[in-house]
Amino acid sequence: MSSVRHYDFLRRMPEASHDLRQRLSFWQVIHIDPILLLLLFALTVCGLWVLYSASEGNIRMMQRQGVFFVIAYIGLFAVAQVRLSLVARWSIFLYLGGVALLIAVLFIGVGAKGAQRWLSLGSFRFQPSEIMKLAMPIVISAYLSSKALPPRFKHIFWLLILVFVPTSLIMLQPDLGTSILVAASGLIVLFYAGLSWRYILAAFTLIVMSIWPMWQYVLRDYQRQRVITLFDPESDPQGAGWNIIQSKTAIGSGGITGKGWLEGTQSHLNFLPESHTDFIIAVLAEEFGFIGVVVLLALYLLIIFRGLVIAVNGQDSFRRLLAGSITLTFFIYVFVNVGMVAGLLPVVGVPLPLVSLGGTSLVTLMLGFGVLMAISTEQRRVVNK
Amino acid sequence: MREREHLKDHHREASIFTGRVIVTLFIVLVMLGVLLTRYYSLQVIHYQNYATESDKNRILVQTIIPNRGLIYDTNGELLADNRPSFTLFLIPERVNDVSSTLSLLKTIISINDQTLQEFYDLLNDERPPYQAIPLRHRLTEEEIARLAVNKYRLSGVSVDAQLVRSYPKPYLFAHTVGYVGKINKKEKARFSEEERKRYKYMLTIGKIGLEKYYESQLFGEMGYQNVEKNALGRVLRTLERVPPVSGKDLRLYMDSRLQKVAWEAMGNRRGAVVAIDVKTGGVLAMLSTPTFNTNLFVTGISHKDYSALTNSLDLPLFDRTIQGRYPPASTVKPALGIAGLASRSITPTYRIFDPGYYKLENDDRLYRDWNPRGHGWVNVHKAIIESSDTFFYDMAYRTGVDQLYHYGSQFGLGKYTHIDIPNELSGLWPSREWKRSARQLPWFPGDTLNIGIGQGDALATPLQLAVMVSTIANRGVRHKPRLVKEIGGEPAQSEVVSAMENVSDKYWDVVHNAMYGVVHASNGTGRRIGRGINYKMAGKTGTAQVVGIKQGEKYDSEALSERHRDHALFIGFAPFDAPQIAIAVIVENGEAGSSAAAPVARKLFDAYISDEYPEQVQSELASRRKP
Repeated sequence: MSSVRHYDFLRRMPEASHDLRQRLSFWQVIHIDPILLLLLFALTVCGLWVLYSASEGNIRMMQRQGVFFVIAYIGLFAVAQVRLSLVARWSIFLYLGGVALLIAVLFIGVGAKGAQRWLSLGSFRFQPSEIMKLAMPIVISAYLSSKALPPRFKHIFWLLILVFVPTSLIMLQPDLGTSILVAASGLIVLFYAGLSWRYILAAFTLIVMSIWPMWQYVLRDYQRQRVITLFDPESDPQGAGWNIIQSKTAIGSGGITGKGWLEGTQSHLNFLPESHTDFIIAVLAEEFGFIGVVVLLALYLLIIFRGLVIAVNGQDSFRRLLAGSITLTFFIYVFVNVGMVAGLLPVVGVPLPLVSLGGTSLVTLMLGFGVLMAISTEQRRVVNK
Repeated sequence: MREREHLKDHHREASIFTGRVIVTLFIVLVMLGVLLTRYYSLQVIHYQNYATESDKNRILVQTIIPNRGLIYDTNGELLADNRPSFTLFLIPERVNDVSSTLSLLKTIISINDQTLQEFYDLLNDERPPYQAIPLRHRLTEEEIARLAVNKYRLSGVSVDAQLVRSYPKPYLFAHTVGYVGKINKKEKARFSEEERKRYKYMLTIGKIGLEKYYESQLFGEMGYQNVEKNALGRVLRTLERVPPVSGKDLRLYMDSRLQKVAWEAMGNRRGAVVAIDVKTGGVLAMLSTPTFNTNLFVTGISHKDYSALTNSLDLPLFDRTIQGRYPPASTVKPALGIAGLASRSITPTYRIFDPGYYKLENDDRLYRDWNPRGHGWVNVHKAIIESSDTFFYDMAYRTGVDQLYHYGSQFGLGKYTHIDIPNELSGLWPSREWKRSARQLPWFPGDTLNIGIGQGDALATPLQLAVMVSTIANRGVRHKPRLVKEIGGEPAQSEVVSAMENVSDKYWDVVHNAMYGVVHASNGTGRRIGRGINYKMAGKTGTAQVVGIKQGEKYDSEALSERHRDHALFIGFAPFDAPQIAIAVIVENGEAGSSAAAPVARKLFDAYISDEYPEQVQSELASRRKP
C-alpha cells in the first residue's frame, strides 16, 4: 500500500524522483529497457536474415546495413541517456531546425523520379522528413503537456498549424506517404491527450468528405494511378500493376510453411521488385510462409505492447504522450507497409520498419526507441522500489 | 487568459491516457487481425492459385525438336540427311532496337531484302515469347568470325548450329524424296490442334514427295524441357526433361544406281520413267525429267531461283510420273487383248483382214491404222507385235465399252494407284457413266474404237502404265506401288489390290508371247532394242497423239513444232520367263515409242538384269545443271 502512495506522490511531482536517493539497477544506470531491447534485437536479427536472402547474399549490401545497425544501436543508447526534461525544453528548436531543413530540401535538395527528398552532405545523404518523424511527436507532446489536458480548442488550433507546416513542406517534395505519416504522428499525440471523441468524429467525417476533392485536385497522376492499381492491378499488369501482382504472387505462393530460406523464386528470379526495400515482407512471406508472417507480426505486436506499457507508466503527460505517439506511429508504419505489399493499401514508399534495407529510416526509428528507453528507465527508478 | 486558471490535473490526465491506450491496443489488435486475415487468405485459401502463378512466372516449357528420320535407298545410300548448318538468330525480347540491330548486321554480313522480309513475317506472326527467330541461314566461317568480333554490339543476336535437311542427290530424287521447306500461312491454317502444338516451334515441314507423305513418321515426337527463367527471360537451369523421340528412318525400294541410269538415259528430254518390282510393287526407279535442286527449298528459296523454276516451259516442278496424264495409246493393247480374250469376244485364233483402216456399219468415217497399207490378216498375237490398230478397233467394238472398262480397271487404268507420295492423279479410263456425268452425252460406238487404241478420252500417268505392265507380267496380280520398303527397320507390307483369278493362263501366255515378239520378232515394233540383247524381255511400244489429226489430213512431223510432236511410250518387263522388273517410259514429243522411249527402258533392263551399273564418273550436279 505504501508503495502505491509513494508512486502516487511521484506521479504528481515527477521531478522529485531525482532528489530521492534510490539504489539503481544495472539497466537503470545504462538507461536501457531490457525487454524492449531484446525484442528489437530479435526483430533486427530476423530482418537481417530475410534481407540476406532478398539481397541475393550480397555481402557488401549486408555490410552496409550492418554499419547502419551499429550506428542505429549507438544512437539508441545515446538518446536513452538524454534527460527528457531537456528534450521537452528544447523541442521547439528541434522542430524549427527540422522545418528549416525541409525548406532547404525544396531549394537545394537532390532526388530521383521527379521528387526532391534528399539533402546531400558530401557523400552522406539523408531525408530531413525523417527527422520530422521524431521531431513532430516531441514538439506536439511538449506543447500539449504544457497545457492542462484534455486540450482546448485554441490549443488545438495552434497545434494544427504546427502539424500543417512540415506536412505541407513534405507534400511539396512531393512525398505524400511520408507527409501523411508525419501528420499522423502529430495528430496521434492529440488523440492521446484526450481529444474529445466529438472532434475525432467530426475530423473523420471531414476526411471522408474531402476524399473526392483530394482525388480531383490534390493528387498527382502517379498517385491516382497507385490507387487505381490497388483496386484493379490487372488494369496494367506490365506497368503499375506489376509490383502488386508479383508481390501478391510471392506471398500467396509461400503457402503455410514457405518455400524455404533462399528458395523464394519470385524474389530470386527478380519477379518481385524492390524485394530488399519496401517489398521485403513478400520475401519473408514467400520463403517462410504464413507461419513466418505470424511470427513477424507477433514480434511487432510485442514491441508495440511493450511501448504502450512504457507509455502508461510514464511519469508525466509529456513522457506518456511522447511514448504513446512513438509506439503508435511505429505500428502505423508496420500496418501501411504490410498492408500495401499485400494489396490492401495503395503503394506508398514506406519501408518495413527495422527490416527493410535503408539507413535513415532505421536510425530514426531506433532514436525513437531510444526515447522510449529513456522514458522507461526514468520511471523505473521509482516503480522498481 | 482564462486558460491559466485551468490547473493541470495529473491524475485525470493519466487516466484519460490509459483509456486511450486501451483503445489503441484494441485498434492495433483489430488492424493486425485484418492483416493476418489478408495474409491467411493469400497464403492458405488461395495458395494454389498463387503457387501456379509463381510457377508460370518462372517455368518455361521449351520444346526439343527431334532429329528428322533419314531416307536411304535400297542399298543404304543416303538420300536425305540432316547436316549442321550455322544460322543467325535474333531473340526480339532481348534486342533493344530491332531495326538498328538489323542495319548493323547488314554491315557485317550479307542480308538481302527477301531474307529480311521473311524475318519480319516471322517476327510479326503469332509466336511464343523468347523464341529465337532465324535471320540468315548457311553462314560461312568468315561470317561467323565477323559476327563473333562484333558480338559486344549485338545483344539478343546469336549464332547456333542447327540440323538442316540436306539432300545428297537433290536432282535425282527431287520428286520422289521431295523436300522440306518453310511452313507457310496456308499450311498453318490447315493444321489440326495437335499439329499446331507440334509445329509451334518448327520452321520447316515436308512439302512434297516422301518428305510430306511420311511427315509424321519422319518427324518423331517432340521432346520437352521445363526450364527455370528469371524475370528477364534468362534460362537458369533445367527442371525436367522429356527427351525427344527421333523420327524413323525410311529405306526405299528405289535404287539410286538404277535411278541414275534412267536419268542418264533420259538426257535432256522431258518425260518420265517408272520401274516397278513385279513381285512386291516396290518402286525401283521413278524419275520425272527435267528435275530440280531440292536443296534450294530447305531454308527458303530465293525469288530468282523460284521464278526460274516456275517460268520454265519444261515445268521441272511438275511431277510427270504421278501427275502427267498422257494418252496411253498402243501400250494398252496387251491389256485390252486380255480383255477381249477373257470376255470371249475374240479367241487366240480369231483373225481379221486389215486393209489399213476400219469402218463401222452405217458410218462413213474411216478409222485409220497407223500403217496406211495395213497389216493383212492379223490375229491378236500379230496385232500386238505389229501394233495393228484395225484389229483392236474391231476387237474393242466386239467387246463393248462395259467389258473394256471392267478389264481396264483391273489393270489399274483410271484408278489411283495409292502410291506413298501425295498429289497423285488418277488418269481417266472412260465408261458410259463417266461420259454421261462428265459430258452429258451418250456413249457412241466411235468412243469404244478410240479407247481400243488407247486414244480418245483415255489418259494414264506413267506410274499407272508401270502398274499396268507389272500386272500383266504378274498374270493379273496388281500390287499397290510403294517407294518405302522399311520404316524404322520394320518392313512395310506389300499389298495386293486385285488379282484377276478368272483369266486363264493360256490367255496370259498369248499376250506375253506377243509382247516377247514386240522386242524379239523381226516384225516387232520394238525390234530395234532387241538387237544384241542377251536376255529375254517383253514390251509394247506406243505413240500418243498430242494434236488431234483431222480426217484426211496427213501427219507431218516436220511441220509440227517440237512441242506438238507425238509422245513416245514404251512398257515392258523382264526377264521374260520369270518377270522381276516392269518398266514404263514416256518421252514427251519423242515421236515414236520404238525409237525414243524403248531404248531408255532397255538401258534400265540391261543394268537391272546384269546388275552392272556404269561408274559414276561425273558428279551428278556437274552433269546437268540446267533444269
